[in-house]
Amino acid sequence: MSKLLIVSPSPHISSDQTTSKLMYGVVVSLIPAFAVTIYMFGIGALIVTAISIVSCVLAEALIQRYILKSEVTIRDGSAVVTGLLLAFNVPANLPWWMVVLGALFAIGIAKMTYGGLGNNLFNPALAGRVFLLISFPVQMTSWPLPIASRLQYLDAATGATPLSIVKEAVRNGEKIPDIMQQVPDHMQLFLGQMGGSLGEVSALALLLGFGWMLYRKIITWHIPVVIILSIAAFTGILWLADPLKNASPLFHILTGGVMLGAIYMATDLVTSPMTRTGMIVYAVGIGIITVVIRVFGAYPEGVSFAILIMNAVVPLINRYIKPKRFGEEVKHG
Amino acid sequence: MLKTFKKGGVHPPENKLSAHQPVQTALLPKTATILLSQHMGAPAKALVAKGDAVKTGQLIAKGEGFLTGNVHSSVTGKVTKIDEVQDASGYKRQAVFVEAGEEEWMPGIITDNTLDKTIRFEGPEIISKITDAGIVGLGGATFPSHVKLTLPRGKKAEFLIVNGVECEPYLTADHALMLEKGEEILVGIQLLKKALNVSQAHIGIENNKPDAVAHMKKLAASYEGIAVHALIVKYPQGGEKQLIKAITGREVPSGGLPVDVGCVVFNVGTVFSVYEAVQKNKPLVERVVTITGVQVKKPLNLRVRIGTSVASLIEQAGGLPEHTGKIIMGGPMMGKALGSAEVPVVKGTSGILLLPDAVSERSPIQPCIRCAKCVSVCPMGLEPYLLMPLSQQKNYDRLEAEHIMDCIECGSCSYTCPASRPLLDYIRLGKASVGKIIRTRKKP
Repeated sequence: MSKLLIVSPSPHISSDQTTSKLMYGVVVSLIPAFAVTIYMFGIGALIVTAISIVSCVLAEALIQRYILKSEVTIRDGSAVVTGLLLAFNVPANLPWWMVVLGALFAIGIAKMTYGGLGNNLFNPALAGRVFLLISFPVQMTSWPLPIASRLQYLDAATGATPLSIVKEAVRNGEKIPDIMQQVPDHMQLFLGQMGGSLGEVSALALLLGFGWMLYRKIITWHIPVVIILSIAAFTGILWLADPLKNASPLFHILTGGVMLGAIYMATDLVTSPMTRTGMIVYAVGIGIITVVIRVFGAYPEGVSFAILIMNAVVPLINRYIKPKRFGEEVKHG
Repeated sequence: MLKTFKKGGVHPPENKLSAHQPVQTALLPKTATILLSQHMGAPAKALVAKGDAVKTGQLIAKGEGFLTGNVHSSVTGKVTKIDEVQDASGYKRQAVFVEAGEEEWMPGIITDNTLDKTIRFEGPEIISKITDAGIVGLGGATFPSHVKLTLPRGKKAEFLIVNGVECEPYLTADHALMLEKGEEILVGIQLLKKALNVSQAHIGIENNKPDAVAHMKKLAASYEGIAVHALIVKYPQGGEKQLIKAITGREVPSGGLPVDVGCVVFNVGTVFSVYEAVQKNKPLVERVVTITGVQVKKPLNLRVRIGTSVASLIEQAGGLPEHTGKIIMGGPMMGKALGSAEVPVVKGTSGILLLPDAVSERSPIQPCIRCAKCVSVCPMGLEPYLLMPLSQQKNYDRLEAEHIMDCIECGSCSYTCPASRPLLDYIRLGKASVGKIIRTRKKP
């Protein structure tokens, strides 16, 4: 017994889950959505995604190395996820330098100024997206046509999203059944053949990713399911009240950023609540705010604003919504 | 339908390497180092001095006060010294050193293994025999059994819960004991039922031991008021609050005791010792210990005399593997890492686990990504991610308000954390300080 033993408090074993495994698990789950976006938007999707990931990772590395003079932690994979999700939240024809700016904002402002991984209040990729939307409203709302323009990047032919078509037409007094003739049918919407941000279009691909993340226990079902259900419930009430002015719940769920937002953006571990009940409250809030913006607001789409607003409420939710403690409620007999 | 507890829990790899190894008798120690503090509570007071001759099973230290326990010599021989020795926690404690000679049991102790099912005593006599025999909880907490059997005024027990869960990975001592001493355990249960004046006992066994479940079920059929429950495997089901919840659906209230919901919990090992104490007059001088680890040549279950050194047990399991980084007394989730293999076995030693170098050191701490896994696995419904920084900030009022004292230190939070954060380390520190504050508040 010449060698010294290691002494530390229990537990002496740990699960094989690590931060980087979680992050790369998210990346893997995005493969189906990425495949669809390559099919729909082609070269533009490829360029924007590549630039976004490289910019996010570089931004984090450079800030850590030269400004914070701290350890460079890009290997944890979180910057890759931010880059990927930022790309998924912008049009595939967005000029490359705007993508770089969005990445700088996402990593530099929304993540690093708060203290880096784990400390940020807002989802960095969404903060980047909203920064771009406010700064470059025209470029951020011109959507390349799916399939037709997949060999072009900046010169892609553009069209409207189903949501903006509906918003515009309702404003002009057209009736929903007539408007529905101008947008892709539900099956096309489900598969992803519509205009939109490059990663949000295919509900099917995003649901596959959701299944993978559940299987790998990266997230739980609560936030996505409750967001989708609350959007369905709210838009369902409006639709039943006036089916000529309001689109159906199914249309609302399959269009815009609902699927991407519910499954990937709202479930960001860092910026979502810590308890199951808290997650449900947060998700209902996102659902309601999304519909309010879509139906009553100026923007055709409100998922990203809704998530950012609810991100701001998360500390409050964590402070006041507690898990049910063991032995809190005395049961006998 | 198999039962389990509802809230939280984890599934560490089971690694029951020594399962189905029969219990072998360990070599007698050349010198037994018998700690005077073998139990929770006040150390026992030595009754012997240097040079005294003692027999196996002789009382050598008496517990004085209420929360304490008697200590007996585990070998026959001469007391060579009473001196300090390092215990499993690294503290120096008083111990009686007995140099072993030829074995001779104290008169009155029955050492044959014939089954004795006849119950001859009333409750109070049973309790007094248990007190005399120095029996403590063998699951690891070493709570003196006679104290558990003396119910607080106004409380009434309804069920005796017997813990055969053995939810710690690697350990198989209780499993082996149930297979070999099932009938004795059932007699012990009848004795405890009489002492507690209850008519129903429930044995909980996790379903990764189907042979033990079947065996105990078969034997229990011929006893009245003993039910055997197979439980879904989930750590920490061996925690008494989790076990009571799994079997009865009742929740011990925060800050309360099992008896508040009518339950008293004993480990199967303890129950076997109760049988030996009452039926055979045999004090607690030996127990079953699992010696295990992935690199251990012969993982096995040994019947070991209290006071045997850990090093000699490792020898009997094929020697210390070359790349051993950690020697753990107990299981990997709640056991204690030893600073030396010279530490003696105590009544609470359920296993000796050797971990290789590669898994002995902790991974570097990374930032909390607020994944909420620690919250979802906590069996007590606490928020470890929050308790850790509150403990670092010494915010004791808030820690108390966040129920830190409910923590059972099962380690599920630290186990599951993907960022390798030492959650339980800081929770323990906070808990110790908050506990101190609560105790001073209670004093007038």
